[in-house]
Amino acid sequence: MNNSFISRNPSVMWFLLCLAVFTFAVTLLSEASGATFISTSFLKTLGKTLCLCLVAVAMDVVWGYCGILSLGHFAFFGIGGYAIGMWLMYERTREIVETSMSANVLPPTPDEITTAIGSQIFGVVGGSEFPAIWAFSHSLTLQLLAVVLVPGLLALVFGWLAFRSRVTGVYLSILTQAMTLALSLYFFQNDTGLRGNNGLSGLQNIPGLSDVSQATLSLWFFWASAVALGLGYVLFAWITAGKLGSVIRAVRDNEARVRFLGYHVESYKLFVFTITAMVAGIAGALYYPQAGIINPAEITPIASIYLAVWVAIGGRGRLYGAVLGAAAVSLMSSWFTGGSAQDINLGFYVVKWTDWWLVLLGATFVAVTLFFPKGIGGLFDLLPRKKGENA
Amino acid sequence: MHRLLIACVMLFIGICTANAQSLQPILQEHAEEIAKPSRRTVSVALDALVASALPQATEFLEEWTDKGVWQRDDGVFVLGAEDGDTLAWRDIDTGQTGDSPKDGFTQLKPNGGVRRLIGTALVQFQLSDPNITSRENAVAAIARRSEAAQLAPLLASIEGETDEALKARKIQVANYVSARFAPETADRISAIESLATDTSVEARAVLNQILTKSSGVALSLPEGNIATIRDLSADTQAAYAELVEADLAPSAPSPRDIRQALEDNIDGGRIGGLPIAQLSDPAQRAVAYAALAQSGLAPPLITTEQIEAAVGNHVFYEIYAEDDPEVTDAAAKALSSVQGRVGAAQFADLTLDALSLASIFFLAAIGLAITFGVMGVINMAHGEFIMMGAYTGYVVQLFIPNYTLSILVALPVAFAVTFAAGVAMERLVIRWLYDRPLETLLATFGISIILQQLAKNIFGTQARPLTSPDWLAGAWVLNDVIQISYIRIAIFGLALIFLCLILYILKRTRLGLEVRAVTQNPGMASSMGINPDRINMLTFGLGSGIAGIAGVAIGLYAKVTSEMGADYIVQSFMTVVVGGVGNVWGTLAGAALVGFGQKGIEWFNPSNTLAAQTYMILFVILFIQFRPKGIVALKGRAAGD
Repeated sequence: MNNSFISRNPSVMWFLLCLAVFTFAVTLLSEASGATFISTSFLKTLGKTLCLCLVAVAMDVVWGYCGILSLGHFAFFGIGGYAIGMWLMYERTREIVETSMSANVLPPTPDEITTAIGSQIFGVVGGSEFPAIWAFSHSLTLQLLAVVLVPGLLALVFGWLAFRSRVTGVYLSILTQAMTLALSLYFFQNDTGLRGNNGLSGLQNIPGLSDVSQATLSLWFFWASAVALGLGYVLFAWITAGKLGSVIRAVRDNEARVRFLGYHVESYKLFVFTITAMVAGIAGALYYPQAGIINPAEITPIASIYLAVWVAIGGRGRLYGAVLGAAAVSLMSSWFTGGSAQDINLGFYVVKWTDWWLVLLGATFVAVTLFFPKGIGGLFDLLPRKKGENA
Repeated sequence: MHRLLIACVMLFIGICTANAQSLQPILQEHAEEIAKPSRRTVSVALDALVASALPQATEFLEEWTDKGVWQRDDGVFVLGAEDGDTLAWRDIDTGQTGDSPKDGFTQLKPNGGVRRLIGTALVQFQLSDPNITSRENAVAAIARRSEAAQLAPLLASIEGETDEALKARKIQVANYVSARFAPETADRISAIESLATDTSVEARAVLNQILTKSSGVALSLPEGNIATIRDLSADTQAAYAELVEADLAPSAPSPRDIRQALEDNIDGGRIGGLPIAQLSDPAQRAVAYAALAQSGLAPPLITTEQIEAAVGNHVFYEIYAEDDPEVTDAAAKALSSVQGRVGAAQFADLTLDALSLASIFFLAAIGLAITFGVMGVINMAHGEFIMMGAYTGYVVQLFIPNYTLSILVALPVAFAVTFAAGVAMERLVIRWLYDRPLETLLATFGISIILQQLAKNIFGTQARPLTSPDWLAGAWVLNDVIQISYIRIAIFGLALIFLCLILYILKRTRLGLEVRAVTQNPGMASSMGINPDRINMLTFGLGSGIAGIAGVAIGLYAKVTSEMGADYIVQSFMTVVVGGVGNVWGTLAGAALVGFGQKGIEWFNPSNTLAAQTYMILFVILFIQFRPKGIVALKGRAAGD
């Protein structure tokens, strides 16, 4: 079975090979192995990029293969980040509070510890009580489950509502965008119990691993992100290669005909929508410990639109296209806006890349949509092909 | 106290009639209180001055507050202004002036509290001042801070008031004052009852002041005008805390006290016989503390039974500051009637607010609805066209300083600019993508990024002002509760005009006919000789142009920033989706639903507009379940997608 789908999609082997070589090279060159070529902060950027690639692959499956232009997958990504962030923040604060309280004459009661953690975490929004939403934050297992289940459940309910009433095309995109806006507004409120616009912070400190250096931690997260991307890629390659994949693509191309052929279109769409949301949640859970901070601004609709931009630039309908697009655009974005790019002096006007990068990106985007609908990935079609291969 | 004051006044009226025309003797009689005034003693002197009703008294009081009164060493008071070492003085009664060395005089410096009392006394003079401004100020001062003593002079001044508006105001204020301070209960009650129809903030404040109550606790119900007996059996902890506050029960040690007591009594690693290490368990802590209390080292804990017994033995009540139950009953009745009226007025105010919000959404969304309806194209850059219109208004204002004129110029210019931008966008980008609607969404999003960033590069990130002309600046105030700013009325008017204009274009012109034909069935339309390309271009330009005008309108009351379009785009989409595509009435219905819905939700939780938006979006998502094609669904072939 495995052989069959890999042989049908040769990009899987190539992709895994490239990812392995890349991971190996970065490991050798990173600070944790004593080299100085890749600083810890750049290593984190690379690790984060791998997570973005993973969510882009998920987006590619839902959009490029199934034809649902979801403007909500970055919200699922953010929810995954929040879910893991709650555990990280709770455990980390508990460690700090217990250390500082152990100096007290009297050993603290459990109640006193909870109150102290609460006022540490919620002091910024003027509270000290734990909201109900934090009920499971003490347990890593439950929060890890939440990383997958919360986005999955949300996608399931939303998708069920949307697909059963046959909302399609641009309508569906607008609806997912509305969902994303509602979510981000919800997270922005202090009443939600997720610290309002302060978000969750200090996520780069992993509880129980305080004596491990950030360099080493970053490398571990980089590996984890690489493994997740590899597994996600294989998973989606498997889904899209089989009979299931054919139905999904048929839904994209002509939904009505697939329905008339007797397939239950809604179930297929719902399956794709939900599983990609789950993978997005996992990607988010790996991304935010490397970023260190998450706040509601991260999940506003614009972020999800950018996700679509990456996939479109990389090339829809091919998994490696999504990876290429996400990696290229997000790395270039951080390069241009980070101030490392040289400004261009035109004599009468200095083009500052921090100001003009978005203009360039927007123009590229329009150009790609108009002239290169296949994106960067389309370049691979120009490679000479062996006979009898039809990937 | 009030009766005493009145008695004093009566007494001094007698004295004054004896020494008519001359202020100095009165001043001398109260020399002590005037020279070294305190808030307690000065009122006697002030009452005497007021009662004298002499014209000089006003001047004297004014000078006194301004530290312009000096006392000669022989005790005589003069008005004076110091000039270096000399004092230019003037006699209070005769007006005789002269210069003397300053050494022989002492300046009177009343403190803030005294000056306020003097001010109150002055008010009574000013009520009959020939100058209308000072009369108005005096009435305003009474309305701000009324006292019993002001009632009689205020009532007396009504008769001789020449200005009609001020007279009405005086009667109104006199009503407020007599509701609180009239000596006869019947007068007060009739004044209070007349307030039952008055929704102004002042009237409500008067009623609330009459109904001021304080809570208390005692073993048995005290004498007085009891408002309510409170039932605190649900929260005995709070009730007990109140008992402790009133010194009716011993205080229970707080968790902090308990911890402190435990920490203070460590005895060889053990507290109350228990090893410290075990005390992280709350049960063990209680045992240890009980042991301490047993041996008298700490105050005993108060048990729940004790608390309940103590709470049960006492009566908790609220008592009115006002002694007369008839008055408080009347006030409570009047207040509830006022609150009913205020509620109704608030509802009306909310309706107006919702109406103006709906007209904004309508203006922002109608352009989108037209392009979406006719071409099936979602224009993500629509918000940026709104922004473009607002910036156009700002730039026009830079060149034309007259705000009225600049707005009148800005509206057509904004339309022209965004019309051109829309046509350019349609020609360059959108027409290549008609068969790929999802990709138009993305391409227009790319354009929206470009436009937003360009605006940022050109105009900077800070908000730019788009000032409205003066005649739009104020608000239309119906009463203290219902008011609506003129700008919002203007936007409502603009929305109405556009509704009519668009209906006219669509239903009565050749262009409208062709647009409707293309909307309903593009293939059929083109075979009937309509050029869909041209129609698409013009429709897109029209939709964008309206967005530009909406931008000017929105810019007038909101800030003009490069991100303002993004604030409206999702709401505009909601409006279009809820209303139904390709129909002006649908957009109108959608705007009304979204606007009224959002304001309605805000009404339940006024502090949280974010929550209102969140729930509104959820509502829209659910609404789509029941009417997937919107309120006004298009019929015919086009409806099938």
